[in-house]
Amino acid sequence: MIAVAFDTGGPSAVRDFIRPPQLVPPMFQFMGWNPALAEKAAVPTYPCLIDERHTLGELFGIVNVPTAVWIDEEGMIVRPPEAPGSTDAFRSMNLQTREVPKERSDDGKVRRQVYVDALRDWIDRGPASEHVLAPDEVRRRMRGQSPNASLATAHFRLGVWLAQHGERDAGQRAFETAVGLEPESWRFRRQKIVLSDPALTGQLAATPEFWQAVQALGDRYYYPPTEMAGMPKPLPPR
Amino acid sequence: MAQTVLYGAMETELAGAAADHDRLWIPLDDLERSTGWTAKPEGLCRGEVCVPVPAARKADWIDGAARRLDFAAFAAHLGHAIARDAERGIWAFGPPADRGTSSAAGPVAAPDFRLPDLDGNLHSLSDYRGKKVLLYCWSSW
Repeated sequence: MIAVAFDTGGPSAVRDFIRPPQLVPPMFQFMGWNPALAEKAAVPTYPCLIDERHTLGELFGIVNVPTAVWIDEEGMIVRPPEAPGSTDAFRSMNLQTREVPKERSDDGKVRRQVYVDALRDWIDRGPASEHVLAPDEVRRRMRGQSPNASLATAHFRLGVWLAQHGERDAGQRAFETAVGLEPESWRFRRQKIVLSDPALTGQLAATPEFWQAVQALGDRYYYPPTEMAGMPKPLPPR
Repeated sequence: MAQTVLYGAMETELAGAAADHDRLWIPLDDLERSTGWTAKPEGLCRGEVCVPVPAARKADWIDGAARRLDFAAFAAHLGHAIARDAERGIWAFGPPADRGTSSAAGPVAAPDFRLPDLDGNLHSLSDYRGKKVLLYCWSSW
């Protein structure tokens, strides 16, 4: 496993997340985590890398996190970027109590378990696993690079450079252009939000701007349901 | 004014480069270190890929007397979009549009990358050849 953090804020933004000193209980519910397993969490033994310029977002066409990719022993993609069982449960969250309906949290737990079981199946059985996709299916699922997306990425890249060189206002303008060109690249939008204010470094981008953008999704998914054998029929996005 | 070129994983400030409206003139001697491309008799080459310079564009793209290339024009030809901060001399290039994966055949190779861990040690995907890799992307935000 290789973990890669997309964080222009640098190591200080992510260090505390590698092994959080304290996880907020509502996170367990809406993320579908098992508190008993979280208690046993150890310091990662796999490489935890940081991608300040979002290079992998550009290379693999990744628009949100978490996103996972399966790569075989020969360096070939056998499952392209996808949400690893993540759901839109957070959209049903009570913003005061941070609780989500039980049906949603249960669905999240099931979907994450299906994903982890599929991953274990691939590790055990390699190309014989039913979860390994044929190259044509990998291509079908991979996000193409339209001229618009290329331009959005160029503006985002410019914004990252400006942000890293202390030009926050100019950087925000470049990010704004990127978000305008690709409104559903949550990677662009969420990174933009936390770079707008130094106090937001290392924080969730849960600002009014974020919630308004989520609201604007309407009946579209924030995390497109993972297309995987054994995955239950997804609940509506909200 | 020096120009800074953000192309692929590369980020290079070029004292000898010059901006002229939409043109980015890069001295041929600086081309490889800033973009990975080199000028060869067969065209502009990067690794095993060579792109012939169309005869009709040669005089437009290449300033033979000054030994420099309008890299913005060449990049646009390759499908790269460009975002520019003219005031600061920054040129950011997007990935080429339509990477052509739909017309290709055979397995899809994962693009290699090289990134630091939190202690600054560099890791490449290719270091893990021979092992299955779950590439897990996340963030603090």
